[in-house]
Amino acid sequence: MGLLSDPYRRRALSRLILRLNTPLCILSYLAGLGWFLGLASPPFTLRSYMSENAMGSTMVEEQFVFGERALSYAREFAGHKKKVGGIPVAWLEKTMWNLGLEVYKQPFSRTLPFPDEMRERYMVKGTNVYGILRAPRAASTESLVLSVPCSTGQHNNQAVGLMLALASYFRGQIYWAKDIIFLVNEHDLIGMEAWLEAYHDVNVTEVLSSGMLGRAGAIQAAVSLELSSDVITSFDVAVEGLNGQLPNLDLVNLFYAFCQKNGLLCTIQGKLQRTDWDTLPAYVHSLQTLLLMVLKQGSGRPQGDHGLFLRYHIEAITVRGINSFRQYKYDMGTVGKTLEGMFRKLNNLLERLHQSYFFYLLPSLARFVSIGVYMPAFGFLILILVLKALDLWMKLSKCDAGPEEQLCDGDQGAAHAAAEESRPGLLILVPPLLICHATGLTLYFLPVLGQHLATQHFPVSESEAVVLTVIAIYVAGLALPHNTHRVLTGCGSERGWMTLKLLSLLYLAMLLGCIALINFSLGFLLAVTMVPVAAIVQPKGPKYLYAVLLVLVTPAATLLLSIVLYQELIEYPVSALECWQLFLQAVSEGLLDHYLYGSIVFPFIALFVYPCWLLLWNVLFWK
Amino acid sequence: MAGAVAAVLGLLLLLGSPGASTGPPRDSLREELLLSPLPSGDLAATFQFRARWDSELHREGVSHYRLFPKALGQLISKYLVRELHLSLTQGFWRTRTWGQPYLQAPAGAELWVWFQDSVTDVDKAWKELSNILSGIFCASLNFIDSTNTVTPTASFKPLGLANVTDHHLLRYAVLPREVVCTENLTPWKKLLPCGSKAGLAVLLKAERLFHSSYHSQAVHIRPICRDASCLSVSWELRQTLTVVFDTFSIGQGKRDWSLFKMFSRTITEACPLASESKIYVDISSKTQENELLEVTPLPLSVHEASVQGDRRTYAVYDLLSPSLFNVSRSLNVQLKWKRPQDSLDLSTPVLHAQRYVSGYGLQTGEISTLIYNTHPYRAFPVILLETVPWYLRLYVHTLVITTKGKENKPSYIHYQPAQDRRRPHLLEMLIQLPANSVTKITIQFERALLKWTEYTPDPNHGFYVSPSVLSALVPSVIAMKAEDAEQSPLFTSLFPSSDGSSYFVRLYTEPLLVNLPTPDFSMPYNVICLTCTVVAVCYGSFYNLLTRTFHVEEPSRGGLAKRLANIIRKVRGVPPL
Repeated sequence: MGLLSDPYRRRALSRLILRLNTPLCILSYLAGLGWFLGLASPPFTLRSYMSENAMGSTMVEEQFVFGERALSYAREFAGHKKKVGGIPVAWLEKTMWNLGLEVYKQPFSRTLPFPDEMRERYMVKGTNVYGILRAPRAASTESLVLSVPCSTGQHNNQAVGLMLALASYFRGQIYWAKDIIFLVNEHDLIGMEAWLEAYHDVNVTEVLSSGMLGRAGAIQAAVSLELSSDVITSFDVAVEGLNGQLPNLDLVNLFYAFCQKNGLLCTIQGKLQRTDWDTLPAYVHSLQTLLLMVLKQGSGRPQGDHGLFLRYHIEAITVRGINSFRQYKYDMGTVGKTLEGMFRKLNNLLERLHQSYFFYLLPSLARFVSIGVYMPAFGFLILILVLKALDLWMKLSKCDAGPEEQLCDGDQGAAHAAAEESRPGLLILVPPLLICHATGLTLYFLPVLGQHLATQHFPVSESEAVVLTVIAIYVAGLALPHNTHRVLTGCGSERGWMTLKLLSLLYLAMLLGCIALINFSLGFLLAVTMVPVAAIVQPKGPKYLYAVLLVLVTPAATLLLSIVLYQELIEYPVSALECWQLFLQAVSEGLLDHYLYGSIVFPFIALFVYPCWLLLWNVLFWK
Repeated sequence: MAGAVAAVLGLLLLLGSPGASTGPPRDSLREELLLSPLPSGDLAATFQFRARWDSELHREGVSHYRLFPKALGQLISKYLVRELHLSLTQGFWRTRTWGQPYLQAPAGAELWVWFQDSVTDVDKAWKELSNILSGIFCASLNFIDSTNTVTPTASFKPLGLANVTDHHLLRYAVLPREVVCTENLTPWKKLLPCGSKAGLAVLLKAERLFHSSYHSQAVHIRPICRDASCLSVSWELRQTLTVVFDTFSIGQGKRDWSLFKMFSRTITEACPLASESKIYVDISSKTQENELLEVTPLPLSVHEASVQGDRRTYAVYDLLSPSLFNVSRSLNVQLKWKRPQDSLDLSTPVLHAQRYVSGYGLQTGEISTLIYNTHPYRAFPVILLETVPWYLRLYVHTLVITTKGKENKPSYIHYQPAQDRRRPHLLEMLIQLPANSVTKITIQFERALLKWTEYTPDPNHGFYVSPSVLSALVPSVIAMKAEDAEQSPLFTSLFPSSDGSSYFVRLYTEPLLVNLPTPDFSMPYNVICLTCTVVAVCYGSFYNLLTRTFHVEEPSRGGLAKRLANIIRKVRGVPPL
């Protein structure tokens, strides 16, 4: 700090920043990228451990033996589901009642903003059925949730069966201190959202649902179960929730601990962890797992029903039973024991899960990267923007100070010329800012509002209309600089674009910094693509190269790139056409996520990142 | 020899108490057990032990105690207590599935006391009284202080003989976090004249009582009329204990029960000190034609009473009647269901309520209370009492009461705002509940940030908000005939009924668990270090940078050569370099 109060040294420092700016930026980018790639290797990852004392030291002996009963429940459920053609409400109510639970149902309905073509739903009507196991001698202040989505077709019948078998086993036990809610939710995430909103008596999205009769206090933790086969070979756990929120790491550790105890194979992102940790293939393997997690988290989509619980500060994970071509199969008894163990340990909790990490990346189930370790990677990337902004700021202020002080390094003629030019001040920045943000607003509002108009005039369905409108507006934004040019009167100076670039760099830095605090992965994905191009873009030099680069790093291109990368990582490569299909699908799902569950990714991109990118585009085409 | 003496003494006592010619006995004991199958299939067992003492505890220097426990008697005379009601409860009475309770108590500990008007410093007496009770019952009643004590104006009226209704003499507190267990049961049992040695109290085996869904024990002390003319006062101590057994989990799905199955004991005799000892079994069924249940052994008599707006039939076992133990030496009441009951729709009680916290996040929230009136055609008013701790800052302007989509204006509101760290919010309202309606009462609050020493040892568990209390005169469906309080079973006679058309109900809602913004307590050292560093390094420098103006200072003196040159120049009279 003394460095700054000494004018000589300050000058020296600013010279250093000016002269070494480009090498520093390159170095910083490489450091950020290198740091991120290094996250999957041992010095950055820690072995995960259980922080919560209440779950660590207490021993639990699982005695669940109702594996066969689970299968018979599952078969019965499947039969009734087929007969009714949806969730068999009456049968579930009767069965749960006979198990000795307090049974309630919750009808809900939701009209989607536009039809969801992939899942073929538009006006959704459904019913959630749940039974509450009242803990003896407890005043219903706390509860745990075991939720099972009831989807159409043959999926998840075994999960319902296992849930009922667990309920009947749990009912006979006396050690429960928290109520347990057994929930079967229809229409997966929409039903879950409806149930959660009704339980907490809020209306975040526009789900219509009847009031709720049965409640059981503050929900402490939740497990969502998906199981579609009678035997399983491994368990997969999904942690990423809405807007990239993650459950407390202790819950993941708990799952891992019980899988270990029962000898179950467990995976994360579908990847089994390798035993050798120090070898290169192992490093690549865990990097792939890490990248998959970053991509999923960055999408802001809930990766299972658990994802919606996190908004209410309820720790939750989704557990999926996988039946693949492995030799060892596990029956319902083992699966039930694992869940029983988890619930009993959660039942032992005195406090909410809070001891362990909430921000982490998982290169494997046994190891994690904490926020303190991965944040520097992002910090290095943001540093580039700050360095560039400083550089521009100093250049601008030198020109401001005028040539007479001899501080301006540039040749005096140019400086004189700049000084003589009319100084438009900050006012000239207002039109591009306004126009870019207006485009953003159009991008946000128009597609859904104008879908009916679009379907009247073009032979497309509503959802296609929405997606295509989004793309059309997005692309139309590229033509803006030519239009803003007409609005601007006193522009065209060197100072003009520098001020605009300075502004957009700082704006971008702020946006990325904010989103990285909420969703590191999204922030990092955007930063790693946008930052270098944002740093180099200027109206001089190889303009068309810059233009191509800038188009390549637009959020839409990043999305496309992420899709390709994701498909590569899950070892399911796609052709260009399929990729385009997936891209369209991702756009429409991103919109739906926003309207149905309140995901912030679409509004964040449309209202902030895209206008910011347009500002950079303006800089490039500054005249 | 000793046994014979004891037997003779017991005989004398038995003979002596009713047959004394000098008038009614100075004290008497009645014990009673009510077994009632609940609509959900569970079984509620309510014990009541009533000691009545015809003595003026406040006036005379009473020193001889017989049936009335001395510890409590002295307490009453020392602190000039008019009425005392203490309950310790583990669990929550689920009104919706279990029906209207005879005597509900909130989860945790509840204490309310009316003092005599001669007490000068009520708060001091209250403080000392709660501390002494804490010692007597091994409960944490000493945590009752000004932050959880309120003075309700309308909800709690004296249950006994009283002409004073100045509510400044009343104190009410609930500790929702109190955990009740055997250490509270043992001192409670010791207050009984027979202890747990004889009579109904032999069933009070802690191991079984705490293997249940609900456990509530209470002590009620009040003055009552000595006789019908009511010229002098007697003191009544009621010790009640309610247990709800989960027949489902005990019977592996079957809902049959017997005394032995529930308590792992049977009854062999009445308490020798008791003047009345009875077991009532609720055998009333909704449909008259098919008898659903079967009780063994066959009851000697059947009592019909109208309780809580419903006509009910009770099988009565009088333990004092000699014929009862003729057949077998012990009494093991059994009940069998003839048909398995599998009805999903339970008959819901006329009045029930539900309370919850809505909203998410750690800044604000909303307390919502739903009150159901399922009476088909009668509206009735209900008094709602809410006590909310100070660290939830209630916004009274957000209080909204809606019934059937319309605003429902309470006819009486008493609100006492909280003072930080001193007293809780108190909100009392008289609300009219229309027939067949749900009334929703919501009030928003903000969560306060506590000082870091004020957090409880496990702050992330959350903070409890005590249950709200609903008091109502519920119109009854049938006409009830007023019965003589001395003759009717004990469980019907604690609350006074005003007339035949309505009955008094007091309900408690569930306690709430609210999370407050909680700092990470493992971090103080890190936080202190970081803060100090930031202040020391950054603040000073930035302050310097921002407040000072800098200018470049010309080097005043150059090297040695320059100085020498300047001296020479000075000597020569030439301006220096």
